[in-house]
Amino acid sequence: MNIDAVKNGIVLDHIPAGRSMEIYKALELEKLDCQVAIIRNAQSEKMGKKDILKIDADVDLDFTVLGYLAPGITVNIIRDGLRAEKRCLELPAEVRGVIRCRNPRCITSVEQELEQVFRLTDRENRVYRCWYCDSAAHDSGI
Amino acid sequence: MRHLLDIMDLSVAEIDELIATANDIIARPAAYADVCAGKKLATLFFEPSTRTRLSFEAAMLDLGGKVLGFSDAQCSSSSKGESVADTIHVVSCYADIIAMRHPKEGAPRVASMHSEVPVINAGDGGHNHPTQTLTDLLTISRELGRLNDFTIGFCGDLKFGRTVHSLISALSRYTGIKIVLISPEELELPDYIQRDVIDKNGLESYKTTDLLEVMPQLDVLYMTRVQKERFFNEDDYLRLRDSYILTPDKLDTAKKDLKILHPLPRVNEISVKIDADPRACYFKQVRNGKFIRMALILKLLKEAEA
Repeated sequence: MNIDAVKNGIVLDHIPAGRSMEIYKALELEKLDCQVAIIRNAQSEKMGKKDILKIDADVDLDFTVLGYLAPGITVNIIRDGLRAEKRCLELPAEVRGVIRCRNPRCITSVEQELEQVFRLTDRENRVYRCWYCDSAAHDSGI
Repeated sequence: MRHLLDIMDLSVAEIDELIATANDIIARPAAYADVCAGKKLATLFFEPSTRTRLSFEAAMLDLGGKVLGFSDAQCSSSSKGESVADTIHVVSCYADIIAMRHPKEGAPRVASMHSEVPVINAGDGGHNHPTQTLTDLLTISRELGRLNDFTIGFCGDLKFGRTVHSLISALSRYTGIKIVLISPEELELPDYIQRDVIDKNGLESYKTTDLLEVMPQLDVLYMTRVQKERFFNEDDYLRLRDSYILTPDKLDTAKKDLKILHPLPRVNEISVKIDADPRACYFKQVRNGKFIRMALILKLLKEAEA
């Protein structure tokens, strides 16, 4: 299966091997009615093994979620069978509605309509902290 | 709109300015007696804290302003399930500035998102308490005559002690500060404070479980209370409650001009026999708390009007 197989759509490349389903769920790709191909453990010169997701439709994806889940992933936008755009995603400075704060003392634990907001405080160590209570996101989950 | 949620919201220059204003208020209280005439401070205390609330209220009254508010969540609509946002929408229609204490961490940030007037965080759970840190900085500045080049020992609950975390963060921006961390292993400073504040800013630090070992080198000793409300488990609280108690004999090797601070209230961690020792500064600290809050109220009201 090649990128060529997608006429107009998106190919998410260089996904760390084994993480494609996590991304599939986080992006809610199961709600799409177009073809979505999940390729696991594809050969990669750079990574050894990698996963690839191919979406055969020009859909709006939340690149913030993608950047948080898998920084380093490559997004290829395909139009008329050709790569029209290539983006390498980095860790976003802020993620909203993706991580849930698990600090039982956080205001978001009792006021559940508050938007969950996490900010990148340490890029090197990939630390995100709750904007309200400063708890680190590695204690939290999607 | 300018708020104060975290001590790091203030630059060093702004802290210096607040300390200068507080010192001027102490020197010339009459000059400030009517500067907030016609202004109202709302003290929204969703959990009880008599000392902090009275300090804010005394500060506003001494500036010639008025105060309104509540001192317990049971006296507010939050007991009926009202959100912080709705409470703040309502209160900011009545008051010119808000001081808010809440048991949930981050509640003052939510308040600041919805307030039309400045919000001061008067303590949110185990998270931040910036006016206590301002109080500590004013006290150290007045007692030592400087905020650079001294050794400060933090003793007791360094894990849950928000006043400790905030003061360490604030001091990380000054030079020549040596931090000595004195606690049982169970109540050690969290790793992220050590890594992100102390190590990142190149502060010299030393960790020990033995207060007597480090006593001779301290210029400031910051004692803390092991707070029951920070524990989920009663047994852990009872086991650690009496970890470090400062008694007169433990001061035998201390410097003659040591400054002993405590955010108060104390339980038993400082013997009352030390109260008469000239090195005890914790009641001066309480008085300083009112003056620095006066300076802060003035600053935030002035900025809100600008």
